[in-house]
Amino acid sequence: MSMKKLSPYVGWLLLAVALLVLAPAVLSDFRLGLLAKYCCYAIAAVGIGLAWGRGGMLVLGQGLYFGIGAYAMAMHLKLADAGPGGVPDFMALYGDATVPGWWEPLRSGAFAVVVILVLPALVAGLLGLAVFKRRIKGAYFAILSQALAAAFAILLVGQVKTTGGANGLNNFQGFFGYALFDPANKRMLYFIAAGILLVSILAMAWLYRSRFGELLVAVRDGEERVRFLGTDPANVKLAAYVIAAVLASIGGALFVPIAGIVSPDDVGVVASIGLLAGVALGGRASLLGPAVGALLVGYAETSLSEAFPGSWSYFQGALFVLVILLLPGGLAQLLNARRGNSVSSRFLRGVPRGKQAQAELPRSASEAAPEEAAAR
Amino acid sequence: MRTKFSSRILAASSVLALGLTATACGGAKTGDSATGESCVDTSGDTVKIGFLNSLSGTMAISETTVFKSLSMAAEEINADGGVLGKKLEIVSEDGQSEPTVFAEKATKLIQDDCVAAVFGGWTSSSRKAMLPVFEGNDALLFYPVQYEGLESSHNIFYTGATTNQQIIPALDFLKQEKKIESIFLVGSDYVFPRTANKIIKQYAAANGIEVLGEEYQPLGSTDFGTVVDKVKAAGADAVFNTLNGDSNVAFFKEYKGKGLTASAMPVLSVSIAEEEVPGVGVGNLEGQYTAWNYYQTIDSPANKEFVTAFKAANGAKAVTSDPMEAAYTSLYLWKGMVEKADSFAVEDVIDAADGVTYDAPEGTVEVDGENHHIAKTALIGQVNSEGLIDTVWSSDKPIEPDPYLKSYDWWKN
Repeated sequence: MSMKKLSPYVGWLLLAVALLVLAPAVLSDFRLGLLAKYCCYAIAAVGIGLAWGRGGMLVLGQGLYFGIGAYAMAMHLKLADAGPGGVPDFMALYGDATVPGWWEPLRSGAFAVVVILVLPALVAGLLGLAVFKRRIKGAYFAILSQALAAAFAILLVGQVKTTGGANGLNNFQGFFGYALFDPANKRMLYFIAAGILLVSILAMAWLYRSRFGELLVAVRDGEERVRFLGTDPANVKLAAYVIAAVLASIGGALFVPIAGIVSPDDVGVVASIGLLAGVALGGRASLLGPAVGALLVGYAETSLSEAFPGSWSYFQGALFVLVILLLPGGLAQLLNARRGNSVSSRFLRGVPRGKQAQAELPRSASEAAPEEAAAR
Repeated sequence: MRTKFSSRILAASSVLALGLTATACGGAKTGDSATGESCVDTSGDTVKIGFLNSLSGTMAISETTVFKSLSMAAEEINADGGVLGKKLEIVSEDGQSEPTVFAEKATKLIQDDCVAAVFGGWTSSSRKAMLPVFEGNDALLFYPVQYEGLESSHNIFYTGATTNQQIIPALDFLKQEKKIESIFLVGSDYVFPRTANKIIKQYAAANGIEVLGEEYQPLGSTDFGTVVDKVKAAGADAVFNTLNGDSNVAFFKEYKGKGLTASAMPVLSVSIAEEEVPGVGVGNLEGQYTAWNYYQTIDSPANKEFVTAFKAANGAKAVTSDPMEAAYTSLYLWKGMVEKADSFAVEDVIDAADGVTYDAPEGTVEVDGENHHIAKTALIGQVNSEGLIDTVWSSDKPIEPDPYLKSYDWWKN
């Protein structure tokens, strides 16, 4: 196997070594737990990279799907802690100490996993059908997706008796039989999150190179042209949106045992934009950009808030302003500019050899106004 | 070739991930008991403590004041020689008004900074988020805000009022002094108002007071036209207000705008203190009632000293409020417990807690070693024209904390 064929995976391998070998060796249990949390965000970010970076759909409300996965997992963990026939602690406190019917099936761990994988796909599928078939796009789609995340958070807050309201759900003792207080089990959760993140990036690498991946970019850059060529862009966008939703849900489900809590603050508008921020920082259209960006944003947020507890949010704001002004293509653009046309930079953008001329990093113009690009 | 290669990588990585996962397994199963291991370092001439308050987000405006009074207490203690001869070293973290962040930062303070105790939290959700962290790590939290009760944790000391030190005395005041026969409940939609109103409804049923309505608005809502219309139409003798934050501004503006007055239909609030009065507007609040355990106007040497010191540190316009005073008191109570135990170790401090007293600005308070709350005097206040709150009724002596309302036979959870 020649060097040229190997090199596309160098970036991924570096990330894999960093996450699976380096980090567990040097980080304390607490810091590894934080990294596990960033990995959960990064899994959702990988999906956003597909939908937004590749598909041009500004998904401002991925917190909805993150939340579906998180709450399904949290409900299962609460029920598992309560034991067979038991009632989660908060229901006795705020409600009438009975488990609502729609909670009951989640006593089964297998059913919870099915919900985590299938429910977001169903919701995203139905929503996508309704939206993309009617050719709703651009800002309208962005606002709609954000409104759904907001509505979901408000719904959760209002149902104190069955969702814990603003408190959310927390105080989990076990995760599928493993005690969560044990550092060894926390490390296991970290490896699961990091492993799923790495696998999902590989899956994206495969998707981006597939016919579907190329169609998706074509739809992003010229939806009308794709339609004239006989392919319904709605189906392509729908598939990308559903995959992004499922990835967000998986990230959310893993977040719960790792963070030990989920609350409406973790699934609402601000959380959704937080998921997006990492993707923008890393480079939305690149393969590794969304994941690396999400990990970096998580790390930066923690470090800044620890170093400057009173004023860290100003630094964060300044960082985003700088990135948007100077690097609209994210950090991936920086590598691209420095290395020029090297193989690895091409890989980082996930663009197959020979195709980079057409699929250059999203020019901000075609990104912001896909209709305009289509008209050109 | 390319596809083949990537699928091979995919397979290899899956195996790698699963393999690592498998090797990482073998930890404790559910049902095993946790063993907290403290890393608190008391060998030097300083000891670390943590302050965890929201310095950003919606709660920052309130929690920053708690941070300031905690810092003042720490400075005073250090100037006075520290605790057991060790100076306090403060590690401050921002809870960002989000429960998840509170849980993360609490873990950081305990495991990474190895603090001897943590002071902070405000909302019920922040406390609920931190509770399993402190219990799981066997660490100490001092929580300084009045809350909805029905809780007591081995690892938390509650220095704000529980319901029988604030809400029930407020109802006693309305019943005995204001002779009310009906009441209307208005609250923000979260755990504290809902639990408070659950208690109020049972109290009302047992005391022949009719509840004419119960209205909730989402936290942060400023849309109170309909709510106030309903309050006005119901014509209750008093309104019990558990709204929090900005909603109070909109509610009281609307209340005054629709011609409702403090004399005809008084509103008793449990979340408006000196700090919030200017925000809501003195004109909208004058004459209305509040229920707390401390007011800036308390006439005692301890309070004069507290208010003077706070104004000296934070400017002449700074006001002191109940949660700030409870936070300030909590640091001194922890000092008292540590000195009584002659140890910084969590279990020693908890064992020594019972009966520790402190001459706080609100009066002398005493720790109940069983439920980890403190005995506090209930004070009903009335907002005056300067925006401060005057005491108009008092329980005269400290009320023993009863978080689960065991001594009230009308209470059924």
